[in-house]
Amino acid sequence: MRDSRTRSKGRWAAAPLLVFAVIVFGVPMLVLLGGTFTKEGTLSTANLTESLQGAYLTALVGSVKISALVAVLGGVLGTFLAQAVVTSRFRALREAVLTASGVLANFGGVPLAFAWIATLGNSGVVTTTLGLGQHGWNLYNFWGLTLVYLYFSIPLQVLTVVPALDGLRPQWREAAQNNGASTWQFWRYVGIPVLTPALLGGVVLLFGGAFSAYATAQAMVGSTVPLVTLKIADALTGNVLIGHENVALALSLDMIVVAGLVMAVYLPLQRRSARWLR
Amino acid sequence: MNGARVEFRGLRRRFGSTVALDGLDLTVEPGELIALLGPSGCGKTTALRCLAGFEQPDEGEVLVDGADITRVPANRRDAGMVFQSYSLFPNLNARDNVGFGLRVRKAPAAKRHARAQELLELVGLPSVGDRYPHQLSGGQQQRVALARALALEPRVLLLDEPLSALDAKVRVTLREEIRRLQLSLGITTIFVTHDQEEALSMADRVAVLREGRLEQVADPATLYDRPATPFVAEFVGAMNHLPGLVSGDRVTVLGQTLPVEGPSPDAARVDVLVRPEAVLVTPDGEGDGIVMVSSFRGSTARLRVRLGDGNEVLADVPGHDSARFAPGTAVRVGLVERPVLVSARPEAGAAAAVPEPDVV
Ligand SMILES: Nc1ncnc2c1ncn2[C@@H]1O[C@H](COP(=O)(O)OP(=O)(O)OP(=O)(O)O)[C@@H](O)[C@H]1O
Ligand SMILES: [Mg+2]
Repeated sequence: MRDSRTRSKGRWAAAPLLVFAVIVFGVPMLVLLGGTFTKEGTLSTANLTESLQGAYLTALVGSVKISALVAVLGGVLGTFLAQAVVTSRFRALREAVLTASGVLANFGGVPLAFAWIATLGNSGVVTTTLGLGQHGWNLYNFWGLTLVYLYFSIPLQVLTVVPALDGLRPQWREAAQNNGASTWQFWRYVGIPVLTPALLGGVVLLFGGAFSAYATAQAMVGSTVPLVTLKIADALTGNVLIGHENVALALSLDMIVVAGLVMAVYLPLQRRSARWLR
Repeated sequence: MNGARVEFRGLRRRFGSTVALDGLDLTVEPGELIALLGPSGCGKTTALRCLAGFEQPDEGEVLVDGADITRVPANRRDAGMVFQSYSLFPNLNARDNVGFGLRVRKAPAAKRHARAQELLELVGLPSVGDRYPHQLSGGQQQRVALARALALEPRVLLLDEPLSALDAKVRVTLREEIRRLQLSLGITTIFVTHDQEEALSMADRVAVLREGRLEQVADPATLYDRPATPFVAEFVGAMNHLPGLVSGDRVTVLGQTLPVEGPSPDAARVDVLVRPEAVLVTPDGEGDGIVMVSSFRGSTARLRVRLGDGNEVLADVPGHDSARFAPGTAVRVGLVERPVLVSARPEAGAAAAVPEPDVV
């Protein structure tokens, strides 16, 4: 009796929060949908069609490409770095790398761009000292941007994977050896499967981070590298054509759909890889 | 499957300034279950890990059937190991855990599953094959770990405190089962524990380690009745030290004269070593002993009795009699008539060190 009463009370206690969440998350979404499907005051799919054509499509594909590349490269490199740190015998190194990762994973926007421009830009310190310019070095392209995105992505991957690596018990490795497994076989049958949920989670985070990044790219490459976030900004500020705000909304919707597709791939993989956890 | 002979020869291992093994010599006979017993940090785990190949000794060698395996990598050694806890691969179900070694050896799936099932039945868990480790109880996990250790038919089985994470009841059943299995397979087994009751009840022989060396190795009865050193006497079971006076091959203690076990010492004044169960107490208003503390342990109760001369003595009485020995009761104290061990009396002061009643 008393039990059921407290339980139903508990259920209502969450209600205000849920209502709040629905409003906060739902209203912008409705505005986004409404704008996307409105052209000159009438219902239309023209904005959406336009957002998937020509330069807009190129920008969308460019964003997906760079994000996927950063996610995979950052995921792999970050995982190796994390493993090196976790197995290191120097506690100070571990603390230093983790602290640095915490800082760098949140280092983005214009400051990040300037840090790189000052270092490896056309007249950056390293570029001029080593004379990289004569060898065709150029930071302001797709690969340069990838490099800069990795600068915050690798630390982010380190942060997500280190706890999982710490969770790998030494007994598992020893038990595997005891059963005749080589180091590679341990990783193949136990280590990597146990880490997969965390690795996947990290890769998705990296994808999202790179996909939505804007200020860094804006400060660094302007419009030389086509990215969807740059196009949205252009359309909103009327840089290109007046009256394209609703195309910006359509592009945002495209981004949401891409993120949704990523989740549609990620969630089943995650569920499969974490089967043994449930 | 037949057990192998295992020899540790002059094994030394130090970690920085800690000496974990300090010249350990021990031979384990084929098919024998030997328990490594000793206080925490005495090197039991290190010795076992040297045999499993997870640790390299700085000096000395490990021989299995006469062959030096000291430099053989861990994954080529013929020894199955059960760890203290949580060693099952969390991403594999019980069947795949047990079949892991066969998978590594590229055995076909059908054969692997059949063998895994057979082993799960052997350890009394025929129906948990599909469960993941976190869906098993602690005792079940250790059984599966045992099955996994046996899957490749090793000639040596290594157990590092496999029961210490389990509750008392499961511990007792599981240790009996391990023993039964070990006897039926005839596999040479080294069992690390710091629980002396476990060691005494399971092992063919018990090796007591102290600071990285072998203190004594003997069958449980010998170890208990005739400890070779005061350390063993203290470590295995509780021991009273009572002042005695030797004359010839007899010693006078608590007013009784008993034969001395083994060679008589040179000194006349000795410590007589007596187990609590060899001390007889009877309630007696005229007696010169007073019960100070009584701790009930089920089948027995352990009393701490203060004698008229100020010495204290531990005595065990049947549990159902414990009510007659409440603290404050006056008792008469005697010893069971049988040969007793004596040791040279340490210098004054250190003599009357009687173990606390709740330290077994
Ligand atoms: N990897 C290591 N690094 C540093 N010191 C170690 C290491 N392994 C063991 N030691 C030290 O060596 C000594 C023996 O350790 P060991 O684990 O063999 O003891 P043990 O007898 O198994 O003790 P316990 O009953 O507590 O498990 C201890 O002092 C321990 O601190
Ligand atoms: Mg140990």
